[in-house]
Amino acid sequence: MTSSDNVRPAAVTARGWGWRHAGRSQPAVHGLDLDIQPGERVLLLGPSGAGKSTLLHALAGVLGDSDAGAHHEGTPDADDSDETGTLLIDGAPPRAQRGRAGLMQQDPETQVVLSRVGDDVAFGAENLAVPRADIWTRVGEALDDVGLAHLPLDHPTSALSGGQKQRLALAGILAMRPGLLLLDEPTANLDPLGVLEVRDAVGRCLDKTGATLVVVEHRVGVWKDLVDRIVVLQPGSATDSAVLLDGPPDQVLDQARDMLVAAGVWVPGYVPATRARSGAALPGAAGLPGAAGLPGAGLSGAGGPGNGNLLLAAEHLAVSRDRPRRRRFKSIPPVPVQSDITAQVRAGQALTITGPNGSGKSTFALTLAGLLRPVAGTVSATVDLSEGAGIDPYKWKAEQLIARIGTVFQEPEHQFVTGRVLDELMFGPRHLGHGEERVDELLERLRLTKLVDANPYTLSGGEKRRLSVATVLAAHPRVLILDEPTFGQDANTWAELASFLSELLDAGTAVVSVTHDQEFSDVLGGTELKLGAPELKLAGQEPGLRNPEVAAP
Amino acid sequence: MREALTLNANHALLTRANPLAKFAVVMLMTVVLALSIDWVSASVALAFELLLFPLAGLTVALLWQRGWPLILAAALGGWSTSILAPDTGTVLLDVGIWSISEGSLELGLGFLLRGLAIALPAVLLMSCTDPTDLADALAQKAKLPHRFVLGTLAAMRLVGLMAEEWQTIGMARRARGVGSHGTPAQRLRATLGQSFGLLVQAIRRASRLAVTMEARGFGGAQRTWARESTYSILDVWVVLGGLLIAVAAVWAAVSAGTWNMVFLEQK
Repeated sequence: MTSSDNVRPAAVTARGWGWRHAGRSQPAVHGLDLDIQPGERVLLLGPSGAGKSTLLHALAGVLGDSDAGAHHEGTPDADDSDETGTLLIDGAPPRAQRGRAGLMQQDPETQVVLSRVGDDVAFGAENLAVPRADIWTRVGEALDDVGLAHLPLDHPTSALSGGQKQRLALAGILAMRPGLLLLDEPTANLDPLGVLEVRDAVGRCLDKTGATLVVVEHRVGVWKDLVDRIVVLQPGSATDSAVLLDGPPDQVLDQARDMLVAAGVWVPGYVPATRARSGAALPGAAGLPGAAGLPGAGLSGAGGPGNGNLLLAAEHLAVSRDRPRRRRFKSIPPVPVQSDITAQVRAGQALTITGPNGSGKSTFALTLAGLLRPVAGTVSATVDLSEGAGIDPYKWKAEQLIARIGTVFQEPEHQFVTGRVLDELMFGPRHLGHGEERVDELLERLRLTKLVDANPYTLSGGEKRRLSVATVLAAHPRVLILDEPTFGQDANTWAELASFLSELLDAGTAVVSVTHDQEFSDVLGGTELKLGAPELKLAGQEPGLRNPEVAAP
Repeated sequence: MREALTLNANHALLTRANPLAKFAVVMLMTVVLALSIDWVSASVALAFELLLFPLAGLTVALLWQRGWPLILAAALGGWSTSILAPDTGTVLLDVGIWSISEGSLELGLGFLLRGLAIALPAVLLMSCTDPTDLADALAQKAKLPHRFVLGTLAAMRLVGLMAEEWQTIGMARRARGVGSHGTPAQRLRATLGQSFGLLVQAIRRASRLAVTMEARGFGGAQRTWARESTYSILDVWVVLGGLLIAVAAVWAAVSAGTWNMVFLEQK
């Protein structure tokens, strides 16, 4: 028995469908008319706020649950959510058909429910009251379909990579045998390898089961060849239809190319225009290991005074997020995730850190930034950077640190410390007692002026990213370190960010970025530091025994 | 921290027993040892418990690592009883209002041993029980509501995640200039801010996880279980063993004449 025997592809019908979230005045979706035939594969596009996720959640039957809890007895008011029109799967409301549709969301960590691989895949089937004997057949088949069959069933889910977690989630969905697959930006948080893993697994499963697919994703290029129809939504309004364009991929991309580009969609074959680096931006210099590794301030050419000066150096550095453990009054250093890293950070030059998942890129960047204690080796600041604060950035006080090294985390929300955009930007300068005049310029430059009174947590993804960069720069650091700054960003934010950083570089700031994004590092130029595959976490292994492939000065 | 939810390749005998049987024994020990404050019953139970360590795959180092707060609490309880309990017999030490006599020392020792004897079974249980198996047993055998049991289990996974997130938020805030330096008041404020950041992330994660679970059909009235929670002959031995320890402890104390029921003492 193969799974294709029991999967019945689902049809979707929307007639004048709309949804307003509880507590909002405007509907997220309004007047949606859409027919999706069984087995069709649809890519859903549109600017943020067009209600793409809302539609997927509604089809998954999970919309409005939190509202139901807060539903007060009596009359409906603006605090209640509001549905108009009809949205049906196979002619019946999605809520009444548990398991008919399977939903995958963006954050891999929350797509895993249980702590063992087999249990997690079985979870959905159990909830649908599938008989025990059938469940394990389905689990085995589903793991096979997503390419995770080599893992033992009791393998801990916490040990999986992001791409593996998403494939595990797909397996859990497949074990429910849904007729409709709903993917809500399933690859936005993944590195390029993970993206392909997930995309290919989805393709294989669709070919096998014939299920209907609806996927929301900014990166059109990834999904274009897998789908047979693109639907472009636009934000809900009383007059216009919710569907802006609808047709075969090539036709829609042709018709709406300019509009999609303007909306920040990653249209295939289009790299957003960015500001070129002056002088230093030798085309092709980026990505060549050691290209700028020559003690070559000369390479940087034009730029601010002191460009090329050494600011920060890592020597034979071993890094780990774990703290030393104590046993019988002895301190035992943690097993490093990467060791013997040597790198230099110079004013006005970019350093790009690349490498496979788990190779300790972020950990290295955080250690370089004075946020983690080195397991072995040293991070030293030159007098040029430290200006009397001492040689070891890890020992600097927080105020000393932010004025010298600024770090932008992958998740902007982690760095928000106030409830208002303006306060957020003023926070650093106020602590330092200077630099408040720079805030207006940053607001202007990063298009945040209209948002000064907004709560940072309510901003869109791109706005949050721009704000997190601006807040760190408000303290005027000479070294800027960014962890995956372009992850999940639309093309517009991407281009703005790349141009802005290229400007900073020319003005003499050193920019260190951890990234998988080749185009992004091409814009910045400079040196690439490639970290090798993760070291095996063997107990008792001496740090520094292994010599990872390090391409750095 | 995240590995704490699995057994770390612990293959000891007791890992194969049904969690509910082990849980019942732990409850039994707790009740029996709570009845009397004397050092004989407590030390007999404690001795048996120490013998069980290899069966649960537990070593003294691991015990200290996982159970040090309980051990410290027991020691503290014993110490304070020794110095504060009414003095009987020879006074051994007298420092102002603090005094230790033979009687109070015996009582304090009883407290210390009892604290340990009650705490150890719980540590033993946790070290040889996979939370997933415990949840299976609680829902299938003890018939607790599966929504509650599985919801808790899924939330426990997030707790490990939150520990990592706490570290990340701490670093992210230092990168914004919020330091762990300064006066205690400033530090308290920094910690509160960090807690708020963690709370926001916890709520976001939890609501996304809830959507994931609901989209996988969680919350229906009917549900099957991929793994059946079963009893085996081993569980009979586990329960019998627990009874044996309890009876031995009480019998030893009664024979030695030290058995004193806590609740009957006030007559």
